[in-house]
Order: sequence, then C-alpha cells, then structure tokens
Amino acid sequence: MREADGSGRPGLARPRPERGTPPAGVPVPRPRRALHPGAWWLWALALGTAATRTTNPLLLALLITVSGYVVAVRRPHTPWARSYGAFVKLAAAVLVLRLAFAIVLGSPIPGTHTLFTLPEVPLPGWAQGIRLGGRVTAEGLTFALYDALRLAALLICVGAANALASPSRLLKSLPGALYELGVAVVVALTFAPNLIADVRRLRAARRLRGRPDKGVRGLVQVGLPVLEGALERSVSLAAAMDARGYGRTAEVPAAVRRTTAALTLGGLLGVCAGTYGLLTAAGGSYGLPVLLAGLASALAGLRLGGRRSVRTRYRPDPWDARAWLVSASGAAVAALLILAGSLDPGSLDPGVVPLEPPALPLWPAAAVLLGLLPAFVTPAPEAARDPRKEPTT
Amino acid sequence: MIRFENVSVTYDGAARPAVRDVDLEVPEGELVLVVGPSGVGKSTVLGAVSGLVPHFTGGTLHGRVTVAGRDTRTHKPRELADVVGTVGQDPLSHFVTDTVEDELAYGMESLGLPPDVMRRRVEETLDLLGLADLRDRHISTLSGGQQQRVAIGSVLTPHPKVLVLDEPTSALDPAAAEEVLAVLQRLVHDLGTTILMAEHRLERVVQYADQVVLLPGPGERPWMGAPAEVMAVSPVCPPVVELGRLAGWSPLPLSVRDARRGAAPLRERLEGKQPGPDTGAPRPAAPVKRLFGRAKKENTGAPEPVAEARALAVRRDRVQALTRVDLTVSPGETVALMGRNGAGKSTLLSALVGLVAPSSGSVRTGGAVPHRTRPRDLVRKVGLVPQEPRDLLYADTVAAECAAADRDAEAEPGTCRALLAELLPSVADDMHPRDLSEGQRLTLALAVVLTARPPLLLLDEPTRGLDYAAKARLTAILRRLAAEGHAIVMATHDVELAAELAHRVVLLAEGEVIADGPSAEVVVASPAFAPQVAKILAPQPWLTVAQVKEALER
Repeated sequence: MREADGSGRPGLARPRPERGTPPAGVPVPRPRRALHPGAWWLWALALGTAATRTTNPLLLALLITVSGYVVAVRRPHTPWARSYGAFVKLAAAVLVLRLAFAIVLGSPIPGTHTLFTLPEVPLPGWAQGIRLGGRVTAEGLTFALYDALRLAALLICVGAANALASPSRLLKSLPGALYELGVAVVVALTFAPNLIADVRRLRAARRLRGRPDKGVRGLVQVGLPVLEGALERSVSLAAAMDARGYGRTAEVPAAVRRTTAALTLGGLLGVCAGTYGLLTAAGGSYGLPVLLAGLASALAGLRLGGRRSVRTRYRPDPWDARAWLVSASGAAVAALLILAGSLDPGSLDPGVVPLEPPALPLWPAAAVLLGLLPAFVTPAPEAARDPRKEPTT
Repeated sequence: MIRFENVSVTYDGAARPAVRDVDLEVPEGELVLVVGPSGVGKSTVLGAVSGLVPHFTGGTLHGRVTVAGRDTRTHKPRELADVVGTVGQDPLSHFVTDTVEDELAYGMESLGLPPDVMRRRVEETLDLLGLADLRDRHISTLSGGQQQRVAIGSVLTPHPKVLVLDEPTSALDPAAAEEVLAVLQRLVHDLGTTILMAEHRLERVVQYADQVVLLPGPGERPWMGAPAEVMAVSPVCPPVVELGRLAGWSPLPLSVRDARRGAAPLRERLEGKQPGPDTGAPRPAAPVKRLFGRAKKENTGAPEPVAEARALAVRRDRVQALTRVDLTVSPGETVALMGRNGAGKSTLLSALVGLVAPSSGSVRTGGAVPHRTRPRDLVRKVGLVPQEPRDLLYADTVAAECAAADRDAEAEPGTCRALLAELLPSVADDMHPRDLSEGQRLTLALAVVLTARPPLLLLDEPTRGLDYAAKARLTAILRRLAAEGHAIVMATHDVELAAELAHRVVLLAEGEVIADGPSAEVVVASPAFAPQVAKILAPQPWLTVAQVKEALER
C-alpha cells in the first residue's frame, strides 16, 4: 500500500496554466465559502410560513419582493439557480387558475358589486351545490385573488430556497446513515435536466429527418428513445459509482447492528405512541415524555447506524454565525407575523365584505422587512466566469 | 500489478466468448495500450480489471484476474475502488455530483479518508490537472477536454495504483488530447501509476506506451509486446507507422521525432515530386451556371454557393457561440471545420440546418433561410449527421428505418435501402440499429440523410469511435460523394481525416473564423493541426501516406 496521505510526492503541486484563463500572476478572487444550505432553506420556509398567516395582498407582495430581492442579489451562477423563474411562472399559473375557477364556478362569498354575469349552465339535481357560470362579483374575485396570492407567495418562497441552495447541497448535510438515500435523491434530481436535454436533442434530430419538430406528436415519438437513453445513462452511472466505491460498508459487530435496529424501531414506535398521546385528550400526561424518549432513541439509532458507513465528508458547509443570522431572520418574520395574527387579526386578513382597499399594517410590514437581512450578511456570489461550453455535449 | 490468467468472458446469450484466452501480466508503473479493431473486446478486457465485468455487466468469466493481489472474483468493484480507478468512454455518465471540487472529493468520501487528507489531495489534483480555475464550476458547463480531465482527476484522488481508461482522447481536440496525455505521462513517471488504456486514435498515444496488447480479431488470442514489434503486424496503425512500413524503416518509428530522424532518404526520393492533383477528390467540373443566379454575386464566374453565412452571430444560453462568421461553400467542395472543443463548430453546423436561429447576420443554404424553412423542404437542401448518429434512428430494424427515410424524404420506396447496400453491403435487413457497430450505425445514418439527395452534407465528428478500417471506408464514401458533386462540411478533431478529404480547412476559435484556406496551407501552418506525415516530411507538402505511396510508384 502507498502511504496514506500522499505527501512528499515530487511533482504533484506543479501548476499548469489553464487554457483561456488570465496569465499566471493575476490573482483569481476566491469567494468565501457559501452559506450552509440548511440556513437558506430555513429562511425561505419561514418566509413561506409567514405567507400562510396572512391574506393581506400588500403584505404578501412585500414578502414576494423581499424573497425576490434576496434571490436576485444572492443566487449563485449555477444552472439549478435558474429554477427560480420556473417557480415564478408556476405561481402566476396558480393565480390565473384560481381566478378562472372563481369566475366559472362562482364563489361562496356573498357580494353586491356584480361585475358581469355569465350564462349559467343548468345542472341536474344530484350536482346540487355546484354552480357553473352565473353572477361574478367583485367581492368574490377579490377573495379569490387574496387566497391565490397567498399560495403564490408560498410557491415563490420554495422557489427561492431552490435557487439559493440546491436540494442536492442540502442533502449532503444528511447524517451518515441516511447518506445512500440522499445520493439516490441527488441522482434522481440530476436525471431530470438530462432528460430534458435528451428530449431537446432528439426533437432537433427529428427536424434533421424532415419531420416537424414541434407539436405534441413530435414529443410523443421521441419518448421511447429518450427513455432508452435515460436507462442506459443510469446503468453506466451506477457502474461508475460502484467502481468509485459507492456502497462500501464497514464491518460492525453484530451486537451494534442489533442495538441499532432495536433503538431505531423502538424510537419510531415511541414517536408514534407519543404523538397519539399528545393528540388525544386522555394521554395528556404521558404523551410528551414518550415522544421525547422515542425521538432520542431514534436519533441514537441513526447515529449508531452511521458507523456502518465508512464515508467521510469533504469540506462540509459550516454552520456559522451567518447561518444563524439568516435562519433567525426568517424565523423572526414567521414568529412576528404569527404574533401579529393573534393580536390584530383584522389587519392581516382584510375583509372583502364590504369591499374596502386593504391597508398596510405598519408593524407586520416592518417585521417582513427583517427577511432582507440575508442580502446584507451573506457573501455575494462569485461573478460568472466564462460560461463557455461545448454546446453539443 | 494486473494479471490475467487464461481469461475468457462470455456474455449472457452470446454464442461465442467476447474475449478468449487472455493471458498477460502488466507490471507496475507501465503504460499499456490495448489496440484492435472495433468490437474485439477491448472494453471487456478493461472492464475485467475494475471488476465491472462480470459483476456489473453479467456474463461468465473463466480464468482469473488479479489486481494488486486481489482476485476480482471475490472482490466487487467497490472493494477494488481504492486500487483501480476507471474512466469510461463518456465522462458525462461518470459524474455523480455537480461541481468540479465535489466530484474530485466523491471517491475519497466513499473510501472514508480523513477530511484533511481529502482537502490536500483535492488541491494537489486541481494543480496536477490544471483545474484550479474551474474548481467551483458546474460540470455541465465545462468543455469536453475539461470534463475528461475532471473525470481522470476524480479517480486519481484516492491514489489508485491502476488507472483504466477507455478512449480518453477520442472526443478531444488535438490540444486537449495533448493535455490529457501529458497528465497521464506525469502519473506514470512521477507517481508510478500503472495505466491500462484503450484508444482508437493511435497516432496520439502509441509513442507513450511501454507495451501494447493487440487484440487482432473477435475471439482471437491477444498478443502483448513492445510497441514497435506489435505495430509491425497490427491491422490498426497510425500514419507514422504506415509510412514507416511503406519506406521499410527498421526499427519502426512510433513518434514523429523518430520518423523525422530517419526520413532524410525518403525526403530525397520525393524531392522534385508533387502530391497528386488534390488531396481529396478531384474537383468536379463547375456546375452549369444558373440563369437566374442572384444578382448580388459580383463574381459571376463562381458557381452558386450551396451554403453561405454572412456576419453570422449566434447566442446560446447567454453565451456568444459565434461572432461574425463568414463562410461560403461551393458545390463539390469538402470543408473541414476545426478548432478546439467549444469553439463553435457544432453551432455553425446547427445554424446551417436551422436548428439554431442567428442572433444577427444571415445564413442561407441552397437559397433558403434554414430556420424558417419547413423541415420537409429543408432535407432536400441540406442534411446533417449529428455527433451521435443514433439520434437519427428511431425504428427497430434497418429495413424499417430505410422505409421511414423514404417516406420522410418522399423518395421512391427502396431508395434508402439501395443507398445503404451501396455503402454497406454486409448489413442485414432485420438487424436492430442499436446492435450495429459504431461505423455501421454512422453509415446507416448517412444513408438516411442522403435519401433526400441534399446537395450539402454536414457531418459532426464523423470519426469519433471509428477504427482505422471504418475510417478508411468512410473516407472512400465521402470522397465519392464529393466527386458526385455533393458539398461536404465536417466538423472534426481528426487532423488525418481532414488531410485526406478536405479541400479547405476553416479554423474556428472562440466563435470566430481565424483561418480559412486550402488544407495543405492551413493545417501545415499549425503545429496542433498538422497531420503526422506533414510533420515528418516538412517542408515538403505531403499530407497523407496515400499521396506518398502514389508518388513513389509514379
């Protein structure tokens, strides 16, 4: 065997100039390590939680703006970060769909301001309670708009989490025992972009055969070759992963294995029993202790299970002060909005009957602005350097 | 280090073993090259070293393979991961993570190396392979050569004793291939790594090999020996060896340098002679001038070009892929587009068939604007064989594919099949396109494209993965097509192919045309793109062995 650390090898650290880069001597700025992905997800999900507590369109718009601003200034230059646009489009689609439903199916909100009347479709008796067409009121539409805006804000917050820290980076922080599960998810996540690239390539190839490359039929006909290609790629990826040591396990004593199983299983049962106890009136006394004990046992099981995996982690993202600040800013927004909701429900959920313009409640709005903190405490993403690539590979 | 003892591998459902009686030993610290025509089992031999054959591929392995004393029968690939590093043909299907640095660390993480060791080795490997500036880059944004280096780096970090590489330079431009080979040499010289490598482009690698394993044919006994000995009898050999055989040099030269030292007498014999009328096909008589040629053409004597790009610019994914490209292709002309990976060759071909729209400037093929023309009409003006010919093929059998091609092109039924029979006489009707060899599949795609009789034929990397025999067949086919008046534009890294076929070479760099002229001038002027024969016989203007042979026989 060679010595383990590989030090003292001659010639290892000889730098070679890279084509198309500045000449030697020009320092390339190294960005500080990126923020822990968990912090971004906590921040974004907390903003999402805050969004669910209000239907005030001004507050929701403010929430969307805040998350959008942070994404705009802090998202890294990775292909994954472009998914934000897709989430925004999805949110817009939700908005439009909700309004369309409110127009066609009517709204339970009583209203007096009739905007227009659609011809009503008479439905048979068994469909009682469902209405098609009919009167469309301003109140009903406003209610639908507020409601949809809430969902859209939630979606955009999830999109922000995706753009700021890709889920694959988040999965890297999983405990060792869950590592293989994490890799499976990561591989599945990279599968989708490859699939899309394949579809594009094959549709282009259809054009070369003189067949129309647009339309649904074109898409259907490339389906089989795309799946074949995807399958082949997965097989060769599996081979490559196997050859690179994926799934190596350490020998652990049988006693440890049995303890792991007992702890995990017992712990999960404890969690179930404890939750049941908490939710039923009768188990108020034993619910919490059993839940906590079960949780502790399950965590111990996971930790012990990690011994089977020989894997180590390369440059794990540190959970530092900035990560605390970012997640705390998100949590503060959520907590303050929940608090405001219980103190002054009227300003967070403006009424639609009678119709009145929503007012911007000052304190909750200031609380939402706390969510801007990450834009100032996190490092800026590095500038995109020469994204040139071979377009066909 | 690696020992094969009477190894035969039979895949499930195969009548004959893929390789038979492999009996060889690779000593530590040697670079051993596996050569042979397509389909003789080179990949099987390589796979047996890492244990992927038969643990992953299935099939039966008789005999014994040991690597660093470990028997692959009892050790799964993952248990060999610390001694064997494997890089397959397609680096993209090798990557597990998404950034360069993580990818380099992945193998070490799986082996459970301590974090400080991992950190140091990643930094060392980044420097060793010249990847330091790319460390945070997303792998999908790298060029082919960069990806190949990342793939090699990712298996180097666990410090394997054995490196197994399947065609590491086939997809690379000459300069990137040099980089990769320089790295491999450094590994052999400085770190004592044992390397087992298969490669079709022998002209790039054979001079670096310590020993060569020749697999002469499917199921035949392999033979291992010194490179010069093996090359003397090998059915596949690079131009330098072919020239050496022609001139009767002994010992046989393997590198341009060796050949040049012995080439003085040959240069004398060739003194005063000139290469034949043309490197490629003889120029066809100028087609009959059209009556209603576009008035824009000032030079009325020139034939109507089949393709014309003027100040063409293309942006793709926020990247300026092409900038102000001017290109005119006349009927019967063969043009080679060369340049490093990512220079815009494929984009230019795509623009000529309308797969991408120009962001400014204009492009016309056969008088039509390609991206605005209906595909059905466009196939009669221009045809493209993509880098992966399989993309063009949908049907289950060769016959069905040909019938579909006739329908697509609205040609007489049987046109495509007749073409295919001409180009590739041996192929059976009921074969699945996937079961064809790389060269056969390319020829089938070529026949499909030619069914519509386009005057302009575009080829993207046609010789990738082809052995010398398949390449020679392709050269003959293309030469005949050019003689029939087809204009051919091919994007290629293969300087030998360009030297044999092209009338004109267009060099692209960073999306711009940096040289455009007769092949003899352009390729000889550039050290990276000069074919071996030109380097050996410089300053005389010879490009191919065939030219020299013909001149000697004159």
